[in-house]
Amino acid sequence: MGQLILRRLFTAIPTLLAIIVLSFILMRLAPGGPFDGERPLAPETRAALEAAYGLDKSLPEQIMLYLGNIMTGDFGPSLVYRDFSVTELVAQSLPISLLIGGLALLLASVIGISAGLLSALRAGKWADEVLMLAATLLTALPTFVTGPLLALIFGLWLRLLPVSGQGDGISWLILPVIALSLPVSGAIAKLARAGLAGQLAQDHIRMARARGIKPMTILRRHALRPALVPVASYLGPAAASLLTGAVVIETVFGLPGLGRYFVQGALNRDYPLVLAVVTLYASLIILFNLLADLIYGWLDPRMREPSA
Amino acid sequence: MRTPLIIVAFIVLLAMFGPMLLPWGHAQIDWDSVRAGLMSDGHILGTDDLGRDRLARLLVGTRITMSVALAAALVALVIGVIWGAVAGWVGGRTDEVMMRIVDGLYALPFMFIVILLMVVFGRSILLVFIGIGAVEWLTMARVVRGEVMALKSRPFVLAAEAAGTPGPRILLRHILPNIAPVAIAYLMLTVPQVVMVESFLSFLGLGVQEPLTSLGILVNEGAAEMDVNPAALILPGLVLVTVIICLTLAGERWRDRLTGTGRAARMAPDQ
Repeated sequence: MGQLILRRLFTAIPTLLAIIVLSFILMRLAPGGPFDGERPLAPETRAALEAAYGLDKSLPEQIMLYLGNIMTGDFGPSLVYRDFSVTELVAQSLPISLLIGGLALLLASVIGISAGLLSALRAGKWADEVLMLAATLLTALPTFVTGPLLALIFGLWLRLLPVSGQGDGISWLILPVIALSLPVSGAIAKLARAGLAGQLAQDHIRMARARGIKPMTILRRHALRPALVPVASYLGPAAASLLTGAVVIETVFGLPGLGRYFVQGALNRDYPLVLAVVTLYASLIILFNLLADLIYGWLDPRMREPSA
Repeated sequence: MRTPLIIVAFIVLLAMFGPMLLPWGHAQIDWDSVRAGLMSDGHILGTDDLGRDRLARLLVGTRITMSVALAAALVALVIGVIWGAVAGWVGGRTDEVMMRIVDGLYALPFMFIVILLMVVFGRSILLVFIGIGAVEWLTMARVVRGEVMALKSRPFVLAAEAAGTPGPRILLRHILPNIAPVAIAYLMLTVPQVVMVESFLSFLGLGVQEPLTSLGILVNEGAAEMDVNPAALILPGLVLVTVIICLTLAGERWRDRLTGTGRAARMAPDQ
């Protein structure tokens, strides 16, 4: 198991480095620099500024400098939010995003897995058809449509829940978390159903049933764990989907999360901020893929072998 | 499979020819009736805050979203088929390296890389669809590679090889026609994916730019005024969702019919 983690880390770190270097080079290729104002700067002022920010060095040197700074948690100054460093902005907004994303992942797993298992147990019956149709519809619904629609129905028409911003208590969390979890729960339901349906068709399950073991016991003892393997493998893509969804949801519900800063940064060409968020998102996704591998190994012992 | 396709065809036809029947352009301002209600002053769906006809904007937005999606899906089709066919045909080490690259790209936070491209190179419609197409080819490449591998050992291909037919010719004449149905099924599944990405970018203001419009922009504008005019949010949202769902259902059913290997196997993830 330890070997598996090591091997994954071995590929994860180069991937992350490649993303950072690639994004960095892209940023430097962009037309226009941070000191291009309406009035051209005097050459010596510009030179002084560039020296201060390390922009007079060669590209490889700049990349090394940037990587070194990242290691110490310094993502540089924000070009738009002048009084803040990028690290401060991220530190403020990341907890909100993690809270919403984490709750949405939890909700999606609970709903998705129960719906998927139920559907597999009732395979071919109407409950299965209805649940799977619902799952397909949920996966197809984009968050930027469901978010505003939920806000319209529950916020403006029924006046049950706040539409925007962070109020007191936890009621402000409900709509964003639900909107964010819907597509993921649909995908998880499909995977859980496929996993369990595949398991139930296996010989050892049929054997257990023939011996008269209670269906619930068969499910708990034999079928459940391997059935969840496809769900675990979806964890990485789910993280990516939640992060992109969070960008929209935070914009729709006016929450000061990381995604919103990312969009603002992208619209304002705030390069250090965008670069920091891409780096952070990439590490989160890689982390979740790693986590998926761990859960994979826990669910399916064959995966723990080095040869697997 | 037929009903969803008919609905999509209807929407596409309406978006293509509808604007010609309207007296208003999608960016044309009717100064005399700004924020007109439904069915007033000759505006069937009324006008927005700038006095632009909502129906014209909806139809043109649908058209642009659909054209961007189709163009991007075709880009994805071309890259994916070439990549997958070469990997599957050549096999061995080349195949391993090419598929490793696909695996690696799968793990990247793509939406953010596309946004990064938009930030760096400016926001243009051309870049939107090249960017999306370059992102969405991965699944296509995997599927095509699998199909090519399976076909490679079939007698008719072996016969062609034994007859001394050059490799590229076998690929073009014997293999590509046989993977076309599967490729088209995945093309159909790529289109709704791309519709989502495009609308997502446009919703955030990073995709299609004014004076052009798209369903994503309309949903965004609608969300801003949903308290006074819910129809402005609901209509573009409904068109978007209908297109995505219909194409997904049609594509899934087509794919399932082609790869009829039991429902459980079909619903397993791509890996």
